[in-house]
Amino acid sequence: MTVSVGNSKVVYDAMKGVGVRLVSALPETWLVHLIRMADEDPQMTLVRLAKEEEGVGVSAGAHFAGVKSAMLMQNHGFLQAINGIVGVSLLYKIPLLMLITDRGGFGEKDPWQTEGGKHTRPVLDALHIAHEDLTRPDDVEPKLAKAMTLAQSSLSPVALLLNRDLMWEERG
Amino acid sequence: MKRIDCLKVIYPELEDCAVVTIMGAVAAELYSLGHRANFFYLEHAMGLASSIGLGIALSQPNRKVVVIDGDGSVLMNLGGLTTLARSRPRNLVHLIFDNETLLSVGGGAPGGYRWFTTATSTGTDLAGIAKAAGFPHARTVRELDDFETAALDALDRNELTCIVAKVEAEMPKSFLMDVHMLENRFEFPRALQQPPRDRSRLRRPTRMTKEQPTTIPALKSREE
Repeated sequence: MTVSVGNSKVVYDAMKGVGVRLVSALPETWLVHLIRMADEDPQMTLVRLAKEEEGVGVSAGAHFAGVKSAMLMQNHGFLQAINGIVGVSLLYKIPLLMLITDRGGFGEKDPWQTEGGKHTRPVLDALHIAHEDLTRPDDVEPKLAKAMTLAQSSLSPVALLLNRDLMWEERG
Repeated sequence: MKRIDCLKVIYPELEDCAVVTIMGAVAAELYSLGHRANFFYLEHAMGLASSIGLGIALSQPNRKVVVIDGDGSVLMNLGGLTTLARSRPRNLVHLIFDNETLLSVGGGAPGGYRWFTTATSTGTDLAGIAKAAGFPHARTVRELDDFETAALDALDRNELTCIVAKVEAEMPKSFLMDVHMLENRFEFPRALQQPPRDRSRLRRPTRMTKEQPTTIPALKSREE
């Protein structure tokens, strides 16, 4: 079992394709390839955060300065960033593209991931943040493009949940 | 040292910088000196002013970014100092007014009584933390003359710099700000679309507080 390099590349290319030039991130297992790709790409600025909430500010600053950005994080990173999302993105109407690894769902073997996974969607819904799941590589590019379009037109945060089926490869 | 006097010293320098302030007293006092479209007042999300500054600085490396922060806010995002230090945007000046109090959120009261102090009142050294986090330049100033020198040097220097200015825990004369948050939010990125001037060409013929000798070595390079 391993994190899918191929599908990480699909997500990375789609992100770049919609104009993202700055990525802020904290790692988790499913994000290692995506973060590495951002790090190795001279056209991409990677900001390594100490805590996810900072990324909301970094993205707001990038938006003010005319640069499209994205945040890469895990469920718990999203939960950690809530105050920034409410106090910057929602309050000030600032687009924010969040890619959240969707840990804690069916197939989760790590007990410590199971609680955060349960609460991610209800919290997104409570904040009226539009979100969709990314489960199949063919859906990634169109959904990411539509997510970015909505973020920019509605001046709001949007979330794409990176599912196990996309990010994790079961090998025989 | 008063916050407003420090702001008066740097105000003329901020013309084409991207300026991000925290909420409350700092925002109100900067506003009272004359609002400009390149000033963004973050009215919530304490701690994230420096993160916003970082996003701007990385996206527009040719523009000077000045973050005007406070001890209470910085203490809510100490990790952000490490993110700034490792990202090391050379065009960012992190100015922290340290009044050792959560003044604007209710920690101060008329008459100078401070009932909710921050840890800087019991010895936490924010410049020391910034330095230890990896800021190439970080210092604390307590007198207006020192503030002026430190701030002007920081603005001229092409390197990430943190200045902690110890100031009195004094409320502004007024909290009135006749610019709506959203108006400010939309005018700010529009101002950042204007290309910044080359700061090395800026002339700074007069300092505000002191009588000048005929030649000031610190000013010479700016006039050349």
